[in-house]
Amino acid sequence: MSEARRFPVSRRGVIAGGTASVAAANLPWSDVKAQQVERSVEPPSVSVSLNINGEERDLELDTRVTLLDALREHVGLTGTKKGCDHGQCGACTVMVNGERVNSCLSLAVMHEGDEITTIEGLGTPDALHPMQAAFVKHDGYQCGYCTPGQICSAVAVLQEIERGIPSHVTDDLLADMQPTNMEMRERMSGNICRCGAYSNIAEAMADVAEG
Amino acid sequence: MQSFTYERAQTPAEAAKAAAERENAKFIAGGTNLLDLMKLEIERPTHLIDVGRLGLKEIEDTSDGGLRIGTLVSNTALSAHPRVRRDYAVLTRAIQAGASGQLRNKATTGGNLLQRTRCPYFYDTNMPCNKRQPGAGCAAQGGYSRQLGVVGVSDSCIATYPGDMAVAMRVLDAVVETIAPDGTERRIPIADFHRLWGDTPHIENALQPGELITHVTLPRPIGGRHVYRKVRDRASYAFALVSVAAVLQPDGRGRVAFGGVAPKPWRMPEADAELPRGAKAVVGRAFADARPTEHNRFKIALAQRALAGILSDAPAQQEG
Ligand SMILES: Cc1cc2nc3c(=O)[nH]c(=O)nc-3n(C[C@H](O)[C@H](O)[C@H](O)COP(=O)(O)OP(=O)(O)OC[C@H]3O[C@@H](n4cnc5c(N)ncnc54)[C@H](O)[C@@H]3O)c2cc1C
Ligand code: SF4
Ligand code: FES
Ligand code: FES
Repeated sequence: MSEARRFPVSRRGVIAGGTASVAAANLPWSDVKAQQVERSVEPPSVSVSLNINGEERDLELDTRVTLLDALREHVGLTGTKKGCDHGQCGACTVMVNGERVNSCLSLAVMHEGDEITTIEGLGTPDALHPMQAAFVKHDGYQCGYCTPGQICSAVAVLQEIERGIPSHVTDDLLADMQPTNMEMRERMSGNICRCGAYSNIAEAMADVAEG
Repeated sequence: MQSFTYERAQTPAEAAKAAAERENAKFIAGGTNLLDLMKLEIERPTHLIDVGRLGLKEIEDTSDGGLRIGTLVSNTALSAHPRVRRDYAVLTRAIQAGASGQLRNKATTGGNLLQRTRCPYFYDTNMPCNKRQPGAGCAAQGGYSRQLGVVGVSDSCIATYPGDMAVAMRVLDAVVETIAPDGTERRIPIADFHRLWGDTPHIENALQPGELITHVTLPRPIGGRHVYRKVRDRASYAFALVSVAAVLQPDGRGRVAFGGVAPKPWRMPEADAELPRGAKAVVGRAFADARPTEHNRFKIALAQRALAGILSDAPAQQEG
């Protein structure tokens, strides 16, 4: 069924937000009963435009689709991994508008117009990102499942240190931040590695930090 | 996850109004707590109002020398703000002691204040829980209650407010600013924001239905040594068993609040007044009415030791 048929223009207007939401109560389909009928027929879906690794992607998604599932199941970028699906492991880490986030705890629809960078966008097998190259050099993984999340996080951590964002282990909040081993370990604590490749990951990061 | 309709609000007033107009609607900001709970169907909104694009991302100086924080300021941005680092360091320390780098980038100021408890039985939908389902009973009492509350708890529920940021905001006497669906704005002192829930543990804070947090204001800085010490099962990325936020003045006076022990950040003026007499006196006062379980009695001793550690540190030293 075409999206246009499933969602008449007025509904799309509200889904897209804007001033339409205030008027929503007056529209016939926002009637609670009508809504329930609609829901039992077909779950609500929305159109979302994401800029993924520099490419515009227009998607029609169930409102429930997380950014992680949008990337993996709808765009086919399976580099980003699903570990826990609850913000606890970091396997799903991607960058949104330059900041690392857990893509499992965010809805795709919340990211309309956002720039998403996944592991596929950092580098390619022929032209590795320096952090990818350093992970290879230092054996920063064993099974590799957590690795895309680790690498996205590691790249972001070095940027966060450079931007002067303090951490739990920063002694002097008013001094410049340094990419010490302690700092990197603390800042990477949101990425769990079941294989325990932590010390090699820290070495890979130190390598990149030293330039 | 139960299905839901979605809208993106454009102004705070419009968001609050929309929340009142729709049955079973919820705001979503960072989504890091709400979506976690929606996946488990502990939260089951049928309509989401995305407040993520309302602006409200500024941190501004107030006319009396304080700071006004928009609700959408991320935890990372708030903790890194130069004035917070300089004048309200306990807040930077508390935020940085919580969650992970990824989560702090996404978590918002208002969403963090409203994060729900981490009681394992609240999360396990096979177990009775008065907070999840009023009247169902409380599996934690008589169950495994090591992480749960020791003070301010009730017969209905012994869970804690789990967050870190709010504990620092409590010693800083922050004020939560809101807008209601009818457009009324009000200011709620942080002391009154989280409730001692008694026999209604599903009502956790002072917000009325549809009421939206717009800002959090910090009063003029009070100087002193700012410390947040968090004790947990691992060194990072874990919730507090006990945490202590303190602002200590050179003359030995100060303010202290405890996290991980009660339904709200736990601070008592009478306990603050005991600071010059040491940790034992403070904790004796703050936990005088404690009713721990056999599993979590240790939290009181832990709170005392954590505070004693802070008080015995060299005054010039800052720590996390
Ligand atoms: C693995 C993990 C570990 C964590 N560890 C810690 C930790 O150690 N310490 C800690 O403090 N926290 C921790 N957290 C919790 C984290 O801090 C919260 O999830 C986060 O702060 C919530 O902010 P948010 O913007 O994502 O909220 P959301 O999930 O968007 O919202 C949370 C609630 O607030 C409501 N809401 C949001 N904004 C507003 C508003 N402006 N007005 C009214 N209502 C609003 C929503 O409707 C919802 O009910 C952890 C979370 C995870 C997943
Ligand atoms: S302590 Fe509170 S949250 Fe935990 S099971 Fe009992 S009622 Fe539920
Ligand atoms: S899959 Fe997102 S944090 Fe584990
Ligand atoms: S390399 Fe196997 S989980 Fe990290």
